Amino acid sequence: MSKRKTERLLGLVVCLLSTRRYLTADQIRQAVPGYPEQDDLFKRMFERDKEDLRDLGVPLETGLNHPFDDDPGYRIRQQAYELPELRLEADEAAVLGLAARVWQRAELASAAAGALLKLRAAGMEAGDEPSAPQGIEPRLGPPEPAFVPLWEAVRDRRPVTFSHRAAGRSEPQRRELEPWGVVNRHGRWYVAGWDRGREDTRVFRLSRIAGAVKFCGPPGSVTVPDGADVRELVRDWDSPAREHTAVLRVRSGAGVGLRQHAVSVSPDEAGPPGWDLVTTRYADVGSFADYTAWFGPDAVVLDPPDLREAVIARLKGVLA
Amino acid sequence: MTGVVTSTERLQRLLALVPYVVSRKVVGLAETAAAFGVSERELVDDLNLLWCVELRAPDPYCPIDLSYEGGEIVVSQAESMGRPLRLAVDEASALLVALRMLAELPGPEDRSAMSRLIAKLEAAAGEAASLSAQVAVQVDLHGDQIEGLATQVRAAIAAGRRVHLRYYVPGRDEATERDVDPMRLLVVEGRPYLEGWCLRAEGMRVFRLDRVLALTVLDQAAAPPPEATPVDVDQGLFRPSPDDVHVELELSAEGRWVAESYPCESVTELPDGRLRAVLRTPDTGWVRRLALRLGEDGRVISPPELVAEVRDAATAALANYVV
Repeated sequence: MSKRKTERLLGLVVCLLSTRRYLTADQIRQAVPGYPEQDDLFKRMFERDKEDLRDLGVPLETGLNHPFDDDPGYRIRQQAYELPELRLEADEAAVLGLAARVWQRAELASAAAGALLKLRAAGMEAGDEPSAPQGIEPRLGPPEPAFVPLWEAVRDRRPVTFSHRAAGRSEPQRRELEPWGVVNRHGRWYVAGWDRGREDTRVFRLSRIAGAVKFCGPPGSVTVPDGADVRELVRDWDSPAREHTAVLRVRSGAGVGLRQHAVSVSPDEAGPPGWDLVTTRYADVGSFADYTAWFGPDAVVLDPPDLREAVIARLKGVLA
Repeated sequence: MTGVVTSTERLQRLLALVPYVVSRKVVGLAETAAAFGVSERELVDDLNLLWCVELRAPDPYCPIDLSYEGGEIVVSQAESMGRPLRLAVDEASALLVALRMLAELPGPEDRSAMSRLIAKLEAAAGEAASLSAQVAVQVDLHGDQIEGLATQVRAAIAAGRRVHLRYYVPGRDEATERDVDPMRLLVVEGRPYLEGWCLRAEGMRVFRLDRVLALTVLDQAAAPPPEATPVDVDQGLFRPSPDDVHVELELSAEGRWVAESYPCESVTELPDGRLRAVLRTPDTGWVRRLALRLGEDGRVISPPELVAEVRDAATAALANYVV
């Protein structure tokens, strides 16, 4: 941290906030202490300072006072700079503290803290006792490295490339994506958007992205189509319909998980004693075979044959 | 605040400090330092820096005038810095995304506060709010069942009543019966949990709501003992204990998801996308089941007793298919 730089940036903000007219770079150099004498050094430093202020969200405007002016000037309009007037009731302030804590361990933790600080600076007393009186405490998971670059890409409307290891594949594949949004569903982060290579919409789980996410186009070069609903894209991808029916023999008193979502459960009259017949719905042979194998000798698939074969293959795989 | 603070981070703090004091007219040094997460010394440095800001043209003047005598800060002149900077896109999104998630949770009494707050923040953030629609957090409340349970849990907590749970333990494939003094409804990584004092285990426990088979609110008042203290959710819900068993697994590329889904003590990359993962668990029953489910995509390497258990279970299960 450089104290001189902080002082200079602060001076720059105050100077540009207190002017109605656009000030040229030269006028700014006269007014704000801390800029070097040499023109090229000043120019470089001033460029960096403008960049820093814009990154902070300071609405720096560029314009001309007269159409015939040669050099552009700068100013910050008070109205664009200021947080609008905002009054919170006590219950709203309590919820605000709760919302900021959601990110405590997660990606936008410092953004949430920054927002809270500004709201407090506006005079709000946000409830942030460690245990809120609501008896409810929500948290998002620990950070995933791909979140920040993807969120920035969504925010700035930029395409990205990354390596993605699809489920069941050992080799990661290169993807080029126009990201439309980031969604956390059931505790897992996903990015949804337009896959340029596949020429179709695609959803990727962030934890399956290997290595760095790189921007591959300028800000503003991605257009999110009207009506694109990233939540819906991820939901459809994540929860296929349960279209198939399975019949299993389940040992009495066991297979609680299989019974929990069953269509019907009845004692197995035809087979050996101590077993029930359980009929249930499932979406996909592979994952339902995985689930059935979990119950080991307490569950046997009777129908359909492909599910039965898949479970047998899992069990043989264990012994292989 | 620890670690290195950049010039722009400090600038952010300074821009918030002036309005913080202005909006409160007069405020204590210690209280302000705590609100900004800095030491009093750092705060005094900030105040000195603000007081020293000087503009030279056309005429030299100091735009900010303040004092901090007797431990109280007063800003007598703030020029155009009396209000905080508006919310940046990231800041507005962080709050709005979290609030929209909270608004989806059961508990009608807070919902009105949440929707009012969302509306106010959206209005205050203006353009910065619109992008927050591109980030969403959905909580695992599939079906009315879990939503109903969450509502019951919150009602029991509010009324200070004990609950009876029929709770499924998948690792043992067992439905257990227990009385619990509920303390909080946690939502961690998108999943709702009931946290409370379990009378059967005589300890604090967290219960996944999607594994609650039935819940009854009892007439009895909840009476958790003094040692019943909520877990620090920021340290993670599940913590290893010294009595845990070390389990070593070798996973194929298809079985890599295991390392993402369960907390591992160590994960080592092997050739062909395979992984070596070490888990710690108080109960190896679920690892045996996991190994059956993984088939050839995961193999238990140690401990040897567990390797034998997995083989026995697979052999017994296959015998069921011999007609």
